[in-house]
Amino acid sequence: MIAERPQGALARLTLLYPAAVLLVFFVIPFGIMLAVSFFRREPGGFYLVEFSLANYGNLFTALFARVLAFSLLISAFCALLCVAAGFPFTYLLTRMPRRRQVVWLVILVSVLSLSAVIVAFAWSIMLSQTAGVSNLFVRLGLLDRPQSWSPGFWALTCGMCYVAFPYTVLVLYPPLARLDPHLPEAARTLGASPLVTFFTVIVGSLRSAIVAALVMVFAFNLGTYLIPQILGKPQHWTLSVLITDEAIYRSNLPLAAAMAVFFMGVSLALVGMAMLGGRRRPGGAA
Amino acid sequence: MPGLFLDKIEKRFGGVVAVRDVTLEVPHGRLVCFLGPSGCGKTTLLRMIAGLERPSRGRILLDGEDITDQPAHRRRFGMVFQSLALFPHLTVAENIAYSLRIRNVPAAERRRRSEELLELVRLPGYGGRGVSQLSGGQRQRVAIARALAIEPRLFLLDEPLSALDAKLREEMQLELRLLQQRLGITTILVTHDQREAMTMADWIVVMGTDNRVHQTGTPLEIYRRPADAFVAGFIGTSNLLPGRLGEDGRVTVGRVTLRVEALPAGALPGGAVTLSVRPEEIPVLPGETAGENHLPGRVTFVRDVGSSVEIHLDCGGMAIVSASTPKNRPALRQGDAATAVLPPAACVVLAA
Repeated sequence: MIAERPQGALARLTLLYPAAVLLVFFVIPFGIMLAVSFFRREPGGFYLVEFSLANYGNLFTALFARVLAFSLLISAFCALLCVAAGFPFTYLLTRMPRRRQVVWLVILVSVLSLSAVIVAFAWSIMLSQTAGVSNLFVRLGLLDRPQSWSPGFWALTCGMCYVAFPYTVLVLYPPLARLDPHLPEAARTLGASPLVTFFTVIVGSLRSAIVAALVMVFAFNLGTYLIPQILGKPQHWTLSVLITDEAIYRSNLPLAAAMAVFFMGVSLALVGMAMLGGRRRPGGAA
Repeated sequence: MPGLFLDKIEKRFGGVVAVRDVTLEVPHGRLVCFLGPSGCGKTTLLRMIAGLERPSRGRILLDGEDITDQPAHRRRFGMVFQSLALFPHLTVAENIAYSLRIRNVPAAERRRRSEELLELVRLPGYGGRGVSQLSGGQRQRVAIARALAIEPRLFLLDEPLSALDAKLREEMQLELRLLQQRLGITTILVTHDQREAMTMADWIVVMGTDNRVHQTGTPLEIYRRPADAFVAGFIGTSNLLPGRLGEDGRVTVGRVTLRVEALPAGALPGGAVTLSVRPEEIPVLPGETAGENHLPGRVTFVRDVGSSVEIHLDCGGMAIVSASTPKNRPALRQGDAATAVLPPAACVVLAA
């Protein structure tokens, strides 16, 4: 298909608008950050406009590598959990009558509207020793005495997944709603039990949608900044925390910018690899 | 009892009745067609047989065994869906061998079977292609091959040809019927196309918008002796004339009284009836002539499409259509006086 070439001043204006938005909100800020990442730090001041690769040289510390790896891993891990839980959830949601679907979607969107601060503090109370759910488990005889589960790795996982789950469902909803309902039925008539049908036909035919959801939720999780500080121990702090620390508390803007640029590069590379992997289709080979 | 037996099947969705009290038998090796307009419940009936829908009432028996509550994946009924429902993430061969793969049949055996089936549906060498690379007719064949791969006890087809263009559809009707005859596989076909039903079926079940079965019979029985006005109108075209049954067994239509050969059982003299006469049974004579079952009138339209000629007449306010072959074409033009003859043997009297 050949797209019609826009003509006339008005048509050019309509192209100008997205270009301007992209320029003002993305290209210019990123350009400034990229530039600053090559500048020299002025202790006690801001930065000196001087080309230097020192910031990138200073990146490769054990701390930076560990925090980078942890950020990527926790984001990927939570994305995996969210999609694993969200995919069957969304599938069952799309099989419901229309009116019930709307109720569920409204509830999910209202969860999205909660601020991360509220979510994080709510979880930290729920997982605390004094007022948390462990007290309930003691009552039920499952535990001997109340325990403190926050801050910690699993508390952080709970908080991050809680924030990302509604987002995951919203990303998965359109492709699942479009799935031909005859596909699973065809599998049933061919001898597949409901569970086999789910894995071979529903998951199989929506492979690219699943990969896309994983990538988007992963990218969404990378930006987590508040939740690790409330629900995690210092070793669970993500790169966003480290960057803020560097930029605001140590006034080392050039190093913070270099960290951010490097983080973005690594994330983009991972996302690109996942997308390439998701595009390969066994049936599409010509 | 051999074959499939439906015992007083009924299906309701909420308060809406989709299938009303259907009892019928599908003998082994035959092709039975559920024919009816959209919304008559024919697809719902097929889905109940496949196990995709549960009947609200009644039983489904296969070779005497009650399978009403057997889940779809245990029935081993091959089904071809209207949308075909080919798995988009699998190749042609993987689609066909899907049922074998989930039963853990070894790969070599799967390859052999899918090649065999591709040969059967005349698509040899297409196994490696993606489903999206096929034309409509080719996809159709793949869907048929996939359903046949499970060696089905019953072959179910839900309007399988409706997505194809008219010419290809006619070809596929023959091909599918020949395949069914060769394999001797008990088949149920759902369609709204009476020509398709008459081409393919051993036995036709006509369903109406009231979600009931109106008539079952061989294609020609249904065509020649429709049970009621709905069937007469739905199968082919027919002249349906409202009339009244006289004491002498004759039927008065408008100002003319006609002799008929057969009356429906239980027809009461003085009662309202509908006369059904097929267009090809009505000869048209030029001019106004008198005689038994002669209806004088005027030609309102001539539809000459080459292979057949239709003459539309206005006989004293009644619209009558006659059809003939080009060879027997009467020399008549629009506006000419003419007489339609309704032979007594061709007049089918239906309860009004």
